[in-house]
Amino acid sequence: MPAQDLTDNRVFLIEKVIKNYSGIFDKTTTDRLAMLRRDKVTRPVIYIGTGTCGIISGAKSTLGKVRNYLSENNIIADIIEVGCNGFCSAEPLLDIQLPGKTRLSFRNVTWDKAEDILNSSLNHTLLPDQVLGQYQQPGLEEWPNVQLLDQIPWFSLQRRCILKNAGIICPVSIEDYIVRGGYKPLYKTVLNYPADKICEIIEQSELRGRAGGGFPTGKKWKIALDTAGDQKYMICNADESDPGAFMDRAMIESDPHRVLEGIAIASYAIGASQAIIYVRSDYENSLNILEMAIRQAKDYGLLGENIFGSGFNLSVSIRQGAGAFVCGEETALVSSLEGQRGLPGSKPPYPAEKGLWGQPTVINNVETLANIPGILENGPAWFKTLGTKSSKGTKLFSVAGKSVSTGFIEVPMGTTFSAIINNIAGGVKDGKALKAVQLGGPSGVCIPPADLDTPIDFESLSEIGATLGLGGLIILDEKTCMVNLARYFMNFLQNESCGKCIPCREGTRMMLDILEGITKRPKEETTHETLERFKGVVQLESLAEVIRDTSLCGLGQNAPNPVLSSLKWFREEFEEHIFDRRCSAGVCHDLRTFFIDVEFCNGCNICQKKCPENAIIGSLKQPHFIIESKCTGCGICFDACKFSAIYFK
Amino acid sequence: MDHIFEKYALRKPENLIPLLQELQKENGYLTDEIVEKVSLHLHIPTNRIYGVATFYDQFRFRQRGLYHIQVCRGTSCYLCSSESYLKEIEKLLKVQAGSVTRDKRFSLETVNCMGGCSQSPVIRINDTYYHHLSVADLSEVLRIFREKTE
Repeated sequence: MPAQDLTDNRVFLIEKVIKNYSGIFDKTTTDRLAMLRRDKVTRPVIYIGTGTCGIISGAKSTLGKVRNYLSENNIIADIIEVGCNGFCSAEPLLDIQLPGKTRLSFRNVTWDKAEDILNSSLNHTLLPDQVLGQYQQPGLEEWPNVQLLDQIPWFSLQRRCILKNAGIICPVSIEDYIVRGGYKPLYKTVLNYPADKICEIIEQSELRGRAGGGFPTGKKWKIALDTAGDQKYMICNADESDPGAFMDRAMIESDPHRVLEGIAIASYAIGASQAIIYVRSDYENSLNILEMAIRQAKDYGLLGENIFGSGFNLSVSIRQGAGAFVCGEETALVSSLEGQRGLPGSKPPYPAEKGLWGQPTVINNVETLANIPGILENGPAWFKTLGTKSSKGTKLFSVAGKSVSTGFIEVPMGTTFSAIINNIAGGVKDGKALKAVQLGGPSGVCIPPADLDTPIDFESLSEIGATLGLGGLIILDEKTCMVNLARYFMNFLQNESCGKCIPCREGTRMMLDILEGITKRPKEETTHETLERFKGVVQLESLAEVIRDTSLCGLGQNAPNPVLSSLKWFREEFEEHIFDRRCSAGVCHDLRTFFIDVEFCNGCNICQKKCPENAIIGSLKQPHFIIESKCTGCGICFDACKFSAIYFK
Repeated sequence: MDHIFEKYALRKPENLIPLLQELQKENGYLTDEIVEKVSLHLHIPTNRIYGVATFYDQFRFRQRGLYHIQVCRGTSCYLCSSESYLKEIEKLLKVQAGSVTRDKRFSLETVNCMGGCSQSPVIRINDTYYHHLSVADLSEVLRIFREKTE
């Protein structure tokens, strides 16, 4: 695009679109907007999802293949890289929009399939295998026999407010965001309302922080606004250190300007002129996209000095988190920004009163901030129509683990777990039974099938002893060993404990030791060790209580959660491990007992040679046997057998 | 490396982490000399710099291999048995997680989460991601990388 043209668009978008208060446009503006929104296209447009999930699935190779194909066949078409629409298990996603026809979406388009799909669809025919669905675009010719995207179970139950642009627009194009109503709420805010009015609007909307605690956002802002300080700070927490959650990453990669607008409005509301986005350094793609988005917003005069001539200044900078789970805690995040070790401090005083450099600081997570433009656009009353009595609005969840479909979704608060698992995610993979759902990261809880009809909101969850966390849902199937899972989480928390207070530092270590004792089988066990192991369950419970009650920060207080919740709902599994030394899921390697199936064993002798314990006997060309008392369950024979004659119980 | 130091103002302790991050990106890892230089630049004692650098997972004091392999150990990848991949790589390359092979060609590391939970298990070698590999595919991928360096 020539430079002159770009400036034209810029002036047009600022003067005619953002500053158009009524929202009623004349004919030329409407036409030009439709053009920019790509409601109508004059040549084929190809969209490829290149969020991190797309890149992992191979979207970059698909992109290269598409470019090659177009240049080889002399086809003039636009290629647009979009974020992810949330249906990550269908990545790489490729959409095609032909002039006069609706936008059509294809799933799992790896590089080898790209050519066939382009070949057929550019000639107006379809290969039915890869088709995901088509967009609803009135006035355009529909593809015959193709369902609408909104009718696919993954999308049909969602209520997409903050995800409404995700996977549709180009994340690094500010025009795409503005033509869909973006930055108008910011304009309204800085021109019409004083700061305290914005805090009031957010308070009326009853928006609660989406990072786990659920503190009312409006109240937090009000505290920061009312506290005197030379320089106030707005911090957007995009550290997302929970393994298994990726909504913040996806949000930034798909619609970064919505987050930036949220940050700008929040900064205005608390009187901050400096905002910092704290992003995980592992999220390279998000970092690049955010940098580009900030540059564009500055170029458009939407960030920087004297925004919309109102005298409001805001500089936004990015800081990379250096990889510490504990920095998700507000006070630890602040010390990390000050260049210290990320150790949490005591609260109160809360950061809203005394945060970065002792100044009032508001820390909100990405999802909370992404909600702000919508609330100001549609009003707090609209926001309150969504959700339940105690929790308003929608919530993002990432769905991963053993479900048929995986990705991230947005549903109204109050949706039940079973609706998400069975209707949206399509149930458990390979027809297995569901064992539990893990919610809220390593310090979250496992929810058993009996509680899956609980509506997901802050109050109902606390009734069953769970916390919302960031919203990472992990689906566990029957082949999951809950004891091993608890050990995995404890290992993680023990590694990530910052070491400041003893209950957490030493307690997690002791809990891990107990869990490792349960899941391992030492070669020789003394009576004392057996006693220690038997005491395990009792000790786990009392240790957990001490850690929970005496730790300083959220990490320590919630560290026993995975163990306590598994103990509560899956106690028999712990007992099975301790008393019977058996893992029915077959996950704890040490507890497996191996057998040789005489039907399949032809006596090749390989297992006998490889067994480090000399536990296998048998002569050549005769079926072998394993001496149970000698077997340590290392599994070497199992891996070595070429005839699948060895099995375990 | 001087241009990196110029970007960050003197005596500002909050610049410590970004400065170390950029220096590590440039040099590949942190050395004692770098830490001393940072100490003089920001007027922070070296012991405190080591304190900060060892606290965070991102900083390393050892060189990476030519090919850096990252195995995700996030919850979702754990469920999809990323541990067996890790063991397989350790066996194939004769290297432990967190160290480098003797010929400095490969280094192996586990990471907490790469944000690709919907595609788990995920493995990353330099800038290329691999997902849903079978153990056989994995040894094939490693073989290709090994041949590249020979």
